[in-house]
Amino acid sequence: MSTTTVQKSATADQAPASAAPRKVRRRSERSLVGTLASHGILTVASLIALFPIAWLVFLSLGPDKDDYLHPGRIWGKMTFDNYSFVLTETNFFDWLKSSLVVSLGTTFIGVIIAATTGYAVSRMRFPGYKKFMWVLLVTQMFPIAVLIVPMYQILSELQLIDTYLGLILVYCSTAVPYCAWLLKGYFDTIPFEIDEAGRVDGLSPFGTFLRLILPLARPGLAVAAFYSFITAFGEVAFATTFLLDDEKYTFAVGLQSFVSEHDAQRNLMAATAVLIAIPVSAFFYLVQKNLVTGLTSGGTKG
Amino acid sequence: MTVAVQRLRRSYQKYWYAYAMIAPVIVVLGVLVLYPLAYGFYLTLTDANSLNTARTIGVNEIEATYKFIGFDNYADILWGETAYDRFWSHFIWTIAWTAGCVALHYCIGLGLALLLNQKLRGRTFYRLIMVLPWAVPTFVTVFGWRFMLADGGIINSALETLHLPAPQWLEDTFWQRFAAIMVNTWCGVPFMMVSLLGGLQSIDSTLYEAAEMDGANAWQRFRYVTLPGLRSVSSTVVLLGVIWTFNQFAVIFLLFGTTAPDAQILVTWAYYLGFGQQPRDFAQSAAYGILLLAILIVFTSVYRRWLNRNDQQLAI
Repeated sequence: MSTTTVQKSATADQAPASAAPRKVRRRSERSLVGTLASHGILTVASLIALFPIAWLVFLSLGPDKDDYLHPGRIWGKMTFDNYSFVLTETNFFDWLKSSLVVSLGTTFIGVIIAATTGYAVSRMRFPGYKKFMWVLLVTQMFPIAVLIVPMYQILSELQLIDTYLGLILVYCSTAVPYCAWLLKGYFDTIPFEIDEAGRVDGLSPFGTFLRLILPLARPGLAVAAFYSFITAFGEVAFATTFLLDDEKYTFAVGLQSFVSEHDAQRNLMAATAVLIAIPVSAFFYLVQKNLVTGLTSGGTKG
Repeated sequence: MTVAVQRLRRSYQKYWYAYAMIAPVIVVLGVLVLYPLAYGFYLTLTDANSLNTARTIGVNEIEATYKFIGFDNYADILWGETAYDRFWSHFIWTIAWTAGCVALHYCIGLGLALLLNQKLRGRTFYRLIMVLPWAVPTFVTVFGWRFMLADGGIINSALETLHLPAPQWLEDTFWQRFAAIMVNTWCGVPFMMVSLLGGLQSIDSTLYEAAEMDGANAWQRFRYVTLPGLRSVSSTVVLLGVIWTFNQFAVIFLLFGTTAPDAQILVTWAYYLGFGQQPRDFAQSAAYGILLLAILIVFTSVYRRWLNRNDQQLAI
């Protein structure tokens, strides 16, 4: 009996206490007009963000190659024919395979190689540290034009043009420094005390990294992996230049081939684009919040 | 004495590990970046093109016949006879493109982030929708935009219904540039928005309360609390934005192909020289690449120095 009253009074006390600071925190009380304006702007922005994609989906349902010019006609004859055609009659699955092989290969090599480096630059201040970080930053900003000609020459001398390996190697040149940056940011968020505890228990720096830090860094590794996957998946210039056989095309190149070779098949292009976009964006939504923290966290001193 | 020796040994041990751990990346960067870069630089000093480099036609191996010509390529690009048409006009457009896109990305991104940072019903929903342009691969969305910008596409149809002039987005130089900036802005805003939203959420709310106690109005709170609080995130995303926009290949390449010589930024122009024409001019293309890298390195150094002078840090 007494307990209930006590609880009751406790909740009664808590309610105003929690409401009061909220009221204070709300800066100058927003007027109704302000709220409506915010909603209005956000709605317009959302529509602008959504429309091109929604339009692509809509066009992909039109069976005729020129339907994009007469969107009104699509309503009467919506069909999934484009999709079945793309899936059965084109090289869609070859392109899927190429895209996956190249992207996963890049991801795998990129993350494995970059992990130790990310850890080293996060925990150790060695002579040349600043220069090394600078080099990593500089490789981030390599325009494709810097490397594409020499890489083309080198790959053709090594007979690696039109091979997956060639493309994976090229992508690693951007993925590796990229992952190292991302992982450094993530390692920075893991308390240094864990390393110290590991060292006290007699682990070597590498042992600490392998046994203690790597398991803790799994989310960070996942983000780095995802980022390099997406980067490799969406890359256009190298893929366009280094892949010749249309069965080896990645999606980024394959999608272009609808335009250049069979100029008019825009309905099929739209369907292919939707088929590519849906799984990738679904996947993206799962990790998007971590992407930003991975990219901008971990202040660098120097 | 023994302490000093011990410290030395410990530091040696520490450095040894550090170097061993960064070794894989050094090897990869050396083989995949530095060597091609050096090779590329060497190519810029030659007159290499697709007709005189080593190649295999059928069973015939043809030896490379290009020769060393020193810095002629750079001289030709920077102050040769048609330097303005080929380099400087693209250079000016690239600078305008980068500045315009990044300014739009940042301002729109910041505006949306501020709106989303209020207590507002459905803000998670808004955010999820507005991240969409970032989620979909660029090469997919650019094709979507091409449908919309085409002559009889939805945008022009809509403009005509409103009795507004319908520009030739994909043919007329001015509108090509306009369209390119528009599409790239659309692609780049979500990243800025999400990053700045993260920055806004990390600003201590007591600062706002204190400012309000002191009688600061909304603008003053924005100017003296929000903007300084966003500094490190801002400086990072602006740098990344500049680098990415400057190097933005996919949007322009996929929007116009090689049909719009005047809307090409330096990166796509260099690609065109190296791979979009016959004979392929490898030497000049590589020289453009080196020039681009030099521009970016200079920019980044100046930017960092400027940040350091203002006691700011790059959050990457």
